[in-house]
Amino acid sequence: MTDLAVKTRPQRAPREGGPSSGRRWLLPVMLTLISLIWLFPLLLALVNSFRDYAYTAKNGYISWGGFTLDNYTNAWAAGDFGLHFMNSVIITVPAVILTLFLSCCVAFVVARFSFKFNLALLGFFLAANLLPPQALLIPVYRMFRAIEVPLWVSDSGTLLNSFVGLILVNMAFQIGFCAFVLSNYMKALPRELYESAVIDGASVTRQFFQITLPLCRPAIAALAVLQVTWIYNEFFWATVLLQQGDKFPVTSSINNLRGQFFTDNNLVAAGSVIIAVPTLVIFFVLQRHFVAGLTLGATKG
Amino acid sequence: MASKRKYKGIDQLSTRDKVVVGLMVIVPTLIVVWLVWLPAISTVLLSFTNWDGIGPLSGIKPVGLQNYRDIATIYPPFWPAIQHNLIWLAALFLVATPLGMLFAVLVDRGVAGTRFYQTSIYLPVVLSLALIGFIWQLIYSRDQGLLNAITGGTTDWYGDPNVNLWAVLVAASWRHAGYIMLLYLAGLKGVDPSLREAAKIDGASETTTFFRVVFPVMRPINIIVVVVTFIESLRAFDIVWVINKGRNGLELISALVTQNVVGEASRIGFGSALATIMLLISSVLVVIYLRIAMKED
Repeated sequence: MTDLAVKTRPQRAPREGGPSSGRRWLLPVMLTLISLIWLFPLLLALVNSFRDYAYTAKNGYISWGGFTLDNYTNAWAAGDFGLHFMNSVIITVPAVILTLFLSCCVAFVVARFSFKFNLALLGFFLAANLLPPQALLIPVYRMFRAIEVPLWVSDSGTLLNSFVGLILVNMAFQIGFCAFVLSNYMKALPRELYESAVIDGASVTRQFFQITLPLCRPAIAALAVLQVTWIYNEFFWATVLLQQGDKFPVTSSINNLRGQFFTDNNLVAAGSVIIAVPTLVIFFVLQRHFVAGLTLGATKG
Repeated sequence: MASKRKYKGIDQLSTRDKVVVGLMVIVPTLIVVWLVWLPAISTVLLSFTNWDGIGPLSGIKPVGLQNYRDIATIYPPFWPAIQHNLIWLAALFLVATPLGMLFAVLVDRGVAGTRFYQTSIYLPVVLSLALIGFIWQLIYSRDQGLLNAITGGTTDWYGDPNVNLWAVLVAASWRHAGYIMLLYLAGLKGVDPSLREAAKIDGASETTTFFRVVFPVMRPINIIVVVVTFIESLRAFDIVWVINKGRNGLELISALVTQNVVGEASRIGFGSALATIMLLISSVLVVIYLRIAMKED
């Protein structure tokens, strides 16, 4: 069957046109057109980010010339991107690591032991992943405001306005999806591996760290890429739970950028490129993992 | 096999193993209970009270359905918000989703340069909707935007309540179509090629084959796409919040809930009733989604 697929696939394209094979050029032309339309907003941002405001103000945006790097230095300074990128790192790195670790734990137990209620357990986590976050805002906000933490945890003295609180919320919302994907992956591992491990007297901890986790590396890698992108892009919780602008991660700092940059679209363009760069780099370098992660989750749930 | 399958069942574990297994489940469960399920239940309960968020918890009085009545009758942004959420859903469902599906079918034909086409179309998926709202300013801004520069108009595309919802929807669809394309590409790869061959031998045209054979086979993906589209339109928030905090033509339920909590006037009971309406709608979708997801096992 796969053999047939391999043989027929390459032949399919020329046959598409059918009797009127004169239309064969149509498909590539259409796709090129669509691709260019889809890339256009990003290309526009990229081109204008290198153009001088005075030049575009005089000649309009439908012109060519006035290239400069100033927008980037200005946008970087005005947007305080150094600080916000640091905040993004402080939030994203621990959140992704902890989410993946805890998801692996849940997935391992669900996949490795045939608990009667393991499906219910997964449903419990997965449903949490799908609820609209705004609907849970009020109690989370009030709880965080009421919970006092030592000053070394957060200078605000409460979980509200603290990185720890935001990391916890991100984890709570992402564990479900990751656990679901990972448990499907782990269920496919041959049980004989555990059998021999148990016979050798390996504890559950050893089985987890030395058998399961190494074998799940591809799935973990795919999820890590996806989670870094998602948590970096997370906007809502960071906006409402961190109230001081100087604690905002990059994505939430857009809240303030619009006001600061609105007189100069070339600054908007440069700011957009700066904000998009981390996700675009991840996307291009680890594209395979990104797509794998997204479709892994989608087709399996 | 002679040896007993010792590893079957939790009973065979040592005491230490049991503790470890217990912790592995309990720690994540506690986090999710604390930050998702407890808040979900509290939201529903608070929606039947008049708490203003200032007094002590003991001062909370039950008011029955009063908050819901107020929302429907004396809260002007509510019905526009419902309407906008429905328009959002319709736009994603009737335009962006079919577009994404079409792109997937075209890309799946595997003409030269497929990778380029595919990458360009789903590039927006890696960007946050907040950033997308920001980037599209380059096109929509009144004084410096490309759209007005080309047409010579003076419309404030993000500010004018007659058009801003549509302007935002174009930007949101830009991302959504790429996402849907990705889902359908995965779905199309999973379709048994012999089905297409069989249809071709029977003399079915490309279009007939797609709608009569391929599309029905992708049923699980279709349902997931529908649910994803519904959830996305219910959750829509980032892009309108970045533009004007969900006011003046861009009211959405999610933005109303947030305004009622974070703003100066925090009306907890009232905001909770709005949130409960969101929860109610989403729980239907969640149940559908879970049933499909779990059936795969």
